[in-house]
This record gives sequence, structure tokens and C-alpha cells, in this order.
Amino acid sequence: MEGMTFIVKTITKLLIGAIFLFAIYITFYGHLTPGGGFAGGIMLACGFILLTLAFGKKMSLGKLSDFWASLIDNLGAITFWSIGMLGYLSGYFFMNFIEKSNPFGLFSSGTILISNIAICLKVGSSIFAVFLALTIFGRFISDLIASEDED
Amino acid sequence: MESWLPIFVVAPLGMAFFNLIITKFVRHVSPYLTLSVVIFLLGLSLFFLGHEPFFYAVGGWQPPLGITLVWDSLSQLLILIVSIITLAVTLFAIPYMQQYTAQNKFYSLYLLMIAGMNGVILTGDFFNLFVFMEIASIASYALVAFGVEAEELEASFKYLILGGVSSTIILLGIALLYAATGTLNMADISATIQQGVSKNVLFFTFALFLMGFGLKSALVPFHAWLPDAHPSAPAPISAMLSGLIIKALGIYSVARIFFIIFGIVPIIKTILMVLGALSMVIGVFLAVGQWDFKRLLAYHSISQMGYVMVGIGLATPLGILGGLFHLLNHAVFKSLLFLCSGAFEYTTGTRQLKQLGGLIRKMPWTGSSCSIAALSISGVPPFNGFWSKFIIIVALFQSQNYLLAIITVFVSFMTLISFVKVQKYSLFGVLPKKLQDIKEVPVLMVSGMVILALLCIGLGVLFPVYGVSILESARNLMLEPARYLQYAMP
Repeated sequence: MEGMTFIVKTITKLLIGAIFLFAIYITFYGHLTPGGGFAGGIMLACGFILLTLAFGKKMSLGKLSDFWASLIDNLGAITFWSIGMLGYLSGYFFMNFIEKSNPFGLFSSGTILISNIAICLKVGSSIFAVFLALTIFGRFISDLIASEDED
Repeated sequence: MESWLPIFVVAPLGMAFFNLIITKFVRHVSPYLTLSVVIFLLGLSLFFLGHEPFFYAVGGWQPPLGITLVWDSLSQLLILIVSIITLAVTLFAIPYMQQYTAQNKFYSLYLLMIAGMNGVILTGDFFNLFVFMEIASIASYALVAFGVEAEELEASFKYLILGGVSSTIILLGIALLYAATGTLNMADISATIQQGVSKNVLFFTFALFLMGFGLKSALVPFHAWLPDAHPSAPAPISAMLSGLIIKALGIYSVARIFFIIFGIVPIIKTILMVLGALSMVIGVFLAVGQWDFKRLLAYHSISQMGYVMVGIGLATPLGILGGLFHLLNHAVFKSLLFLCSGAFEYTTGTRQLKQLGGLIRKMPWTGSSCSIAALSISGVPPFNGFWSKFIIIVALFQSQNYLLAIITVFVSFMTLISFVKVQKYSLFGVLPKKLQDIKEVPVLMVSGMVILALLCIGLGVLFPVYGVSILESARNLMLEPARYLQYAMP
């Protein structure tokens, strides 16, 4: 059986939703409370890494494959860049072109919210992609050990 | 027109990520996307050439609170160098990189490196300088390891560690400066320092910046990473690292920070000249005995950076002019030499000088370009290297640094010896038996090298007549830093 013991799997099943929800909360309220795109993205990546550790690589790759991780990684960067470019079209590079409303509301900060979401996608998927890249070596090593056992 | 300034950073940065998405669906387009960006940037830099100095407030936030990009005569010179060299290197890279896999990643990292360098050159904000410097450095760490052989990974790891140390030291310096002055805008810091800041803090930041940027520009006590990192990279990247990165991140930052922001003080002048002289002598002595072509060129980079440092550190009008001219010339001929070494490796599969010979008969275009570059770097008239070394030596005699002037002449002589050896063993002499049926490299590679070779001749013959005004305006800015405050702040 792939992954870790029954206890770990059950706890992960219970917690994983809360972890993702908290990551999204940290990202969306980055302009009001401590946190932001980077912290939220790291939590998102940690959620995926927890899934990989508890259930094995096959299951987490089914949720987010390496192709999609690298695509979302680039899309996040492009989105962030596009926000800067849209500001450029309305006057200055990275100009905050969306109308700002009453303070302490969710949509009070103009482009900062969208930027935070873009950073969250970029950081989350790229940290997960780095983790996947590191596990490739794990596969090499386990293949090596297996071939040595056969000898 | 002034609103076009951020495009220098935005275009390569955007294309770096765009390229990775496109190549997931349409393969083999990344060289052409990169080439289009590079040609566009060259056009833009020619379009901006001679423009009056101005600042651009990013996001519409005015300085000293917001981030600024500043266009002035010093950044104009560096942007022009970067644009021209990157065009030649990109043309060379298109056929050369066919040998490697994952080309789209190569071009993305390459574009990130260009974006970082342009950012470092244009920025008017200290923290922004650090961020762009990290973009350029991290891209270059990855590019040094691009071949993923054991030797390349080791070189990249060494480069990563020493580069990380230098970045941390620079960040510490910036933090101390921020604590002392309460601002990060370069012009504002300059104005605050003139009103008076604690001398101890200021001199401690001087020491930190000297060490950090000294590591980036590979001056002699800090040079250990360069002879490993520069030869290990693929040839176009070696040309970029030796021709541009150590100048934009190292020498340019020293010139900008110590001359324009802080205003030069005698002790810094002395330190820069001593470090420069040490790099010159030690670099050339280490280079003479090398038999690996690219490693020899890497040691010569250390030595030639010493020339630039001595010229700039002299801080007389003629000395700075010579230093800046040598910076321009070194970018041209050292990139060309690295491209030639790449071309030899492409056809013969080796870069050991002892296994080469007689290549100029089989590869006339590459051979003659290599010969021109070798004559330029060793200071033979009428090529460009002669004029800049001549100006530096005259400036040293004028300011009565006779010992240093004699050392400079001697180092120039040693450089000549070293490149006579290169020419004898690679271009002339007997063609080894197993290299009988080699051919000239593809047209695009030749065109990249010929552009640079023509620049070597053109800068030598025509530059004293036509091009001096660009260098002189940059020199005047470094001599009268007070002018920076007039246009970098509202």
C-alpha cells in the first residue's frame, strides 16, 4: 500500500480542507492582515506536499500534475506581469488602476488583491514543482537500491 | 517617449514567462521570440540615445517614496553595450544551443538575465537594485549549470555560494544605509548624506559595498569563483557573463554608488586602484600558463577588469574616460573571444589549445575574428584595445603614478605573450590529422562573431573621431555627481 499509515491518512483527510481554506484566506486578506500572496502560496504548496507524503505521489499528481504545476507557475507570473502592463496602459507601469472603495473591505485595495492571487498561484505551484523535482532523485535512488537487492 | 523607459525591463521579463507557456504548445519558437525581443531592445536603446536625463516614477508614485527608473548618460552607455552584445550573442546562440536539450528553458533564463541587467542599470532605488541583481544572478547560476555535467554543477555551486554571500553583504549594506538615512531612493540618499550622516555607519557601508560588489566584479581577493564559473557555462553564456554581467553588476554598480551617490573620497580611490592593480597582475600571471582556452580567457577577464578599476579609481577626467572606454572595449572583444572558443569547441569538440592548430585555414571567418579579438585585447594598434589602454597609461603618467603605469605596460606585454600563444596553438601551426575534415560553423554563428569583429575595428579606427561624446557625457556625470540630484528627483 502506498503512503503512510491509516492514522496519518485520516488526519490528513480531516485537515487538508482547512489548510487550503486558510491558505486562500491568507492570500485574499493579504492587504488587510499579516500575510499575502507569498505566505498563502507556501501554505498551498505545503497542503499538496502533505497529500504527497500521506497518500503517495500518484494521488497528489492526480490532483495537480507536473505539467499543470509548471503551467500555473508561468500563468501566475504572466498574470502579475499583465497587471503591471494594464497599469502601464492607463498611465504608469504598475499603476493601481482599479477604483478603491471604503477601507478595510475585501475589495478596497484595487490591484493588490489580484496581484496577491497571482503571487499565490506562482509561489504555490513552483514550490510544489520544486518538491516534485526533488522526488525524481528519490525514484532514482529507490531504483538503485532495488537493482542492488536483485544482485 | 519618456514613458517607454520601463519597456527595457518589461519586455524581456514578460517574454521569459510567455516563452515557457508558448513552447508547451508550439515547439522550437523560443529562439525567434528571443531574437525579436533583443532586436526590439537594440532599436529602443538607439531611439533613446542622446535623450536628456529624466526619471520615470513606477506606479505613478513620486520619489522619494516610490521606485524610480533613471535614464542618464552613464546608464545610456551601459544599456547600449548590453543591447549590442546581446544581439551578437543571441545570433550565435541560435545554432550553438541546438546541441542541448530544453532550449526553451535556456532562452527564458537568458531573457531573465537581460531583464535583471537592464533593471540594475536603470534603477534609481537601492532595494530595487538588489532585487534586479538577484534576478540576473540567479538566472546566471542556473545557466552556468546548464550542461549538468559534474564539473559544471561544481562550478555553479561555487558561484552560487559566493554570489549568495556577496548578495547578503550588499543587502546588509543597504539595510544599514536605510537605517542611517531613512530612505531608499538613490538621489534622496545622496542629498541626505550631504546634510550629514554618522561617518562610522557610512564607512562601514562603504566596506560592505566594496566587498559585495568586489565579489560580483571578481576583483582579486574575491575572484575565486570566476575561473570556474565562466568556462563551465555554454559559450554564449560565458560571453554574456564575462562581457556583461561582471560589468553591469560589478563595475557599473561601483561607479554608480561610490561616484554618483556617495561622492568619491580619497580612501576609496586608493582601495579601488590597489585592488585593480592586484587583479591586473595576478590575473595575467594565472592566465599565461593555462592550456584550456576558455579558462585562459576567464583569467584574462580578471586582469582586464583590473584595468577598468585602475582607470576609474584614478578619478581624473582622463582616467575615468579610459576606464569607461576599456569597459566598452572589453565587453566587445571578450565576448567575441568566448564566442570564438565556442565555435572551436562546436567543430572540434575540444577547447584544449594543445589539441588544436591550423584552424584559420579550415575556418577563415571564425579564425580571422578570433585573430582580431586577440590583437585587440593585447593592445595592438589600430584596434580598440590599444586606445583605451593607451589612455589609461597616459592618465597614470599625468597623475604621477609612475610605478602603476609601468605595471600597466608590463601587464599589457604579458597579455600579448598569452595571446600570441593562443594564436600559435589554435589558429596557425599544423592542423592535427583528426581535424582534417572540419568545416566553418553555421552562418548565424559567423554573423554574430563578424558583428563583434567589425565593432573591434570600428571602435579602434572611428571611435576617437565620432563616438567620444557618449563616453565624455558619462565621464562628466561621474565627475560632477551633483547633477544627478537635478534630474533624479522632482
